[in-house]
Amino acid sequence: MIHLQDITKVYPMGKQELTVLKGVNLHIEQGELVAIMGPSGSGKTTILNLIGCLDKPTSGSYLLEDREVSRLSSGELAQVRSRKIGFVFQTFNLLPRFSALANVELGMRYAGGSDRRRAMEALAKVGLSDRTNHRPTELSGGEQQRVAIARALVKNPPIILADEPTGNLDSRSGEEIISILTSLHAEQGITLVLITHDASIAHHCQRIINLKDGQVVGEERV
Amino acid sequence: MKKWLEPLTTAWVGVVTHKLRSFLTILGIVIGVGAVITLMSVGKGAEARILSNIQSMGSNLINISPGAFRFGGVRGAAGGVRTLTMEDAEAISQQVSYISTVAPSYSSNLQLVVGSQNTNSQVTGVTPEHISVNNMKIASGTFFSAEEYQRSAKVAVLGSNVANTLFGSANPIGQQMRMGTIIVHVIGVLQSKGAGFGSPDDAILIPLTAMQQAVAQPRTPQGGRIVSSIALTVSDKDKADSVVEQITSLLRTRHRLAPSADNDFTVRSMEEIASTLSETMGTMTLLLGAIAAISLLVGGIGVMNIMLVSVLERTREIGIRKALGAREWDIWGQFLIEAAFLTFAGGIIGIICGWGISSILDRMGVMTTLVTPDIVILAVSVSVGIGLFFGFYPAWNASRLNPIEALRAE
Repeated sequence: MIHLQDITKVYPMGKQELTVLKGVNLHIEQGELVAIMGPSGSGKTTILNLIGCLDKPTSGSYLLEDREVSRLSSGELAQVRSRKIGFVFQTFNLLPRFSALANVELGMRYAGGSDRRRAMEALAKVGLSDRTNHRPTELSGGEQQRVAIARALVKNPPIILADEPTGNLDSRSGEEIISILTSLHAEQGITLVLITHDASIAHHCQRIINLKDGQVVGEERV
Repeated sequence: MKKWLEPLTTAWVGVVTHKLRSFLTILGIVIGVGAVITLMSVGKGAEARILSNIQSMGSNLINISPGAFRFGGVRGAAGGVRTLTMEDAEAISQQVSYISTVAPSYSSNLQLVVGSQNTNSQVTGVTPEHISVNNMKIASGTFFSAEEYQRSAKVAVLGSNVANTLFGSANPIGQQMRMGTIIVHVIGVLQSKGAGFGSPDDAILIPLTAMQQAVAQPRTPQGGRIVSSIALTVSDKDKADSVVEQITSLLRTRHRLAPSADNDFTVRSMEEIASTLSETMGTMTLLLGAIAAISLLVGGIGVMNIMLVSVLERTREIGIRKALGAREWDIWGQFLIEAAFLTFAGGIIGIICGWGISSILDRMGVMTTLVTPDIVILAVSVSVGIGLFFGFYPAWNASRLNPIEALRAE
């Protein structure tokens, strides 16, 4: 499903260039639950952004569902994001002026239009049926992240990408989030890729990919 | 939710999120649009009023005055140039076709004594046709008849202002007034036509024959009796231009002007005066509108300023929307609609305010105003146009943001 081949990513830093990814090869099958681990600056987030079509590789090939997406225009990439990818961020990234329900509806906005009933269902799946009209500031961190998960899954994407989804949460809320994500994977067969520092969380996954200095340095099956 | 409604509700949320800021931005546009509408309605009102005054004097009226007339200039002041004569008037009446009535008049400043009041006023000696040629109406009493004219009856007809000034609330009919060396009786008061261009409200009219007894009517070296002006009406309005031409060539012959010499008189139809005036007033209206448009421009710059701030503030929101799959077009449209929304709201409120102010000015009698549909359409389209124009760049800025960098913004 996700097929990265010889992917490099170079950022221009003034007159110098910063090479973040140095030839990454990665396969992720449909329905897999994969954790990406590695020290800071190893390129984890860059890989996730490339997989999520937020960014384009400097060179290399990226086949998403057998379609070459590494050379698409920004408008075409936006369309791929709207149909295929759900994002969950470390900092939740909810719109502060919108209610939980409106934030979830926003997840469908660019994928064919909002549907209040489906947004309510998505909130029910993350256990927030009684919090639909609360604003993010009125919710705990764990609840905010659950809203963000509902927003990611409301459009039924084949892939959900989570960048340190528990990084800003206490351990109890973090476990809740992980159990929601893993059950979504188990029940709906969503392909789930998450970045984490936490080995105990990584061990909930089927496969752990270790990254260092912009290269895949090891894989382990759990 | 309906799909086409979503960008509008998003814009609405953007506007109400910062209520004070949106209010101030809208206020800038309100003032601009309101000023355009108020000032242009003042211009249009003045234009309409002057035209209707001219219409009320009769649009088939032609005026001949001595001296080369220059509109807006002061050349050829009454008495300054003495070229028109009674004989000219008679010749025109006999030789020019399509003329229904000719009414020469002679004005002079005379000392008026009414009771204990002693004033110096302009008195006009006229023929009985004067009232019909100038489209005047009698409010009370009568105008003098042809028979009274023939026997130089010492009677006077007053404009409404003059009657008021001289006699106050007392009925002026039958009152006596001394006018130079003669004593006249007031027999009538003219209906008011309202202040304005060539208003008869200040006129004191007596028979021209009586005038000749009160003051020696000057004569030209050839012996013609000098008049101040000749008014005449054409029987067929479409022939006005030809009548003006005929009069011009007749008078040039009578005055023995060399072909190279300028006319020593001016013939103007009311139609011509009206079109000159309306052109002048139209220019004034445009000028007023242009001055007001400056404030609209300033308001538009305010919109742009706020939109730039708003884009900067919502960088993260833009990043989130892009991550959710928003295309550049979606982001661009969102901010453009928000800018257009601000200016459109400002435009609508501005119309209401401008309309209200101009109708208050009109009702209070400060000045005549007229709001025409073209002003309203102009103001609204300009205000929305300003929103789109000044919203374009900030919206384009927003749409071009890199999603990854935007997501990292504080």
